[in-house]
Amino acid sequence: MSALRFLLVKDLQILRRSPLLVVLLALYAIVIGLPVGYAVSRPPSKPKVAFLNEVTPGGGTFSVAGKSLDASSYANRLFTAIDPIRVSSRAEAIRKVKDGEAVAALIVPKGVTAALQSAVSLSGSPVKPTLEVYYAADNPLKRRYVENTINAQLAKANLALSGELTKVAAQYLTVLLKGGSFKILGQGFDVLGLQRSAAILRGVAAALPKGSAKAEAVRQVARFAQLAIDNLGLSAPVLSTISNPIKVDVHTVDGRTSSLDGYAVAAAVTIALMFVGLLVAAGMLALEREEHAFGRLVRGLVSRTVLVTEKVILGAAVAAVIALALVLLLSLFQPVRFGRAPQWLLALVAGGLGFGAMGVAIGALTRDVRASSLLAFLLSLPVAALALVPSGSVGKGAYDAVRVISALFPFKAALQALDAGLNDAAPGLGQSLLHLTILVLAYTALARLALRRFGART
Amino acid sequence: MRFGSRTALRDVSFAAEPGEIVAIIGPNGAGKTTLLSILAGLFPPSEGSVSHGAREVGWVPQQAAVYRKLSVAENLRLFARLERVDDVEGTVTRMLAQTGLEERASDELGALSGGNQQRVNIAVGLLSGPPVLLLDEPSSSLDPRQREILWSFVSGLAKEDATTVVFTTHNVGEAERYADRVLVLADGELLFGGTPAEFVDAVDGFHDFEAAFVRFLHERGH
Repeated sequence: MSALRFLLVKDLQILRRSPLLVVLLALYAIVIGLPVGYAVSRPPSKPKVAFLNEVTPGGGTFSVAGKSLDASSYANRLFTAIDPIRVSSRAEAIRKVKDGEAVAALIVPKGVTAALQSAVSLSGSPVKPTLEVYYAADNPLKRRYVENTINAQLAKANLALSGELTKVAAQYLTVLLKGGSFKILGQGFDVLGLQRSAAILRGVAAALPKGSAKAEAVRQVARFAQLAIDNLGLSAPVLSTISNPIKVDVHTVDGRTSSLDGYAVAAAVTIALMFVGLLVAAGMLALEREEHAFGRLVRGLVSRTVLVTEKVILGAAVAAVIALALVLLLSLFQPVRFGRAPQWLLALVAGGLGFGAMGVAIGALTRDVRASSLLAFLLSLPVAALALVPSGSVGKGAYDAVRVISALFPFKAALQALDAGLNDAAPGLGQSLLHLTILVLAYTALARLALRRFGART
Repeated sequence: MRFGSRTALRDVSFAAEPGEIVAIIGPNGAGKTTLLSILAGLFPPSEGSVSHGAREVGWVPQQAAVYRKLSVAENLRLFARLERVDDVEGTVTRMLAQTGLEERASDELGALSGGNQQRVNIAVGLLSGPPVLLLDEPSSSLDPRQREILWSFVSGLAKEDATTVVFTTHNVGEAERYADRVLVLADGELLFGGTPAEFVDAVDGFHDFEAAFVRFLHERGH
């Protein structure tokens, strides 16, 4: 243990005397980690859409069965998904799209409220209220995204409107069933209602002589009224089902999940941890060979196992310190659960050890610091990219392959451990720590083997 | 000694006395560094044995095996600790005095000349006070003046401390001047073992050591 301590102190002295390198390494890790972390945790930003509302102020209201509704409340649903650029004319809206300032233009024509009013009134109307959308043709992916966004929001608005209409229809049916008064086209009506009609008919039939043709005819009408009562009684729930036929019940299959902000912090910190852990461990082991000290050390002063272990610990320690600094920095902007500090500190250390172990394997395979750094960079970027591939984004076979490959490197396990530590997310800290432990042992063994193979003559 | 199917050294055997300076010379690829590496314990021989253990042998590799970002004293202190020397600070002070680097003790090694780096390299090899010191091409990167200082220092170790010194060199003049005995290796075989004078005598008609060396190898097909 004392040899390990002496080597650790020596390496920290060397790092302390290379402040520019250490600062650049830390900055690089943070600068790369932050945007990548946030990019993978954010959905695409709201598309900029030129928006022209030709409806005059206050002219957006329409009434359904005497109830006044505001069309702007339905338009607001759209604004939750787009970033509107308000324009004053149709030409300006189309120009914004052509110039690339907006990816689409949405125009609410002047007569839309009137058309809507006609559509929902009992008078009926052949003209459907129509919105106009113009798309830019330069980027099909962007166009698809904007199209889907607008269509989805319009579908929601349509659904909300149809819900209102269903309620009105149900009210009409209730009046027909039970009787009462209602207004249509400005005129008030008093409706007897089927239930009361049936009761009157039954009374009339009872008052007529038994066996008479009139009594039988009245009883037939009463039976029809009862049949109508029975079926109209079911109409309200049926209408409700038609207006909203499918209910969505959301469940998370893989246990707990973290918020986007929490996941962003975990991803950013893992990326920083990876860069620093890999580069420090790989570089400092390669440095022993570059400085020709390796041969001197392993001829009885230090065993190769101690040397490898020391570099793993060094890489983990430096990476954990820089990653901790990043967590503290991020806590200024994002909520970090300091009550879970023991869990995420454990995850930081375990992740650091995972990357340190992978780093020594790289360092053991290379002869100098430059080669080890290059190899560490070459490996780290695809390893991180693979681990961040979301399920469902590729085919099942490809995703299975991605999962297996990701499991061979510490990034995914470290990300899961940090996500669990910071956000209490699935699959939980225990499983991730076990995964990291296996990887640490495997990579350390690989490094030890590589040093035996390549180290004898150094 | 074999590396895979290649035999690097064959039937090489020699003994050295305390205080004796032994030079190993030979053309490139003769097996000089391999022999020294076996003696240093860097890897075990395929056959045969070395009577001294690795910890009893001080090893000075050709290129300075020290840390350029550490100071002279820090390098000596680190290796003294790893060597488990009893009095670390005393040993460091002694080695600084012995190598004449007291005034450069706190300088980073990277800031020192090649000659001074080599002095620290040798000092590290001597930290545990080994009875045997192995030097691999010790003067290859030094100018003539630094070489003179180096050999004066090494000769002093042999004479005053009775340290056995075994070194490899391409500079056969150094072998003639400083070695008590030379071993001539070629293609992994020991072709000659004796004093420099005996070597010159062994090659008829040559009084110059270097010319005799070239002639010696030529006669044996190397």
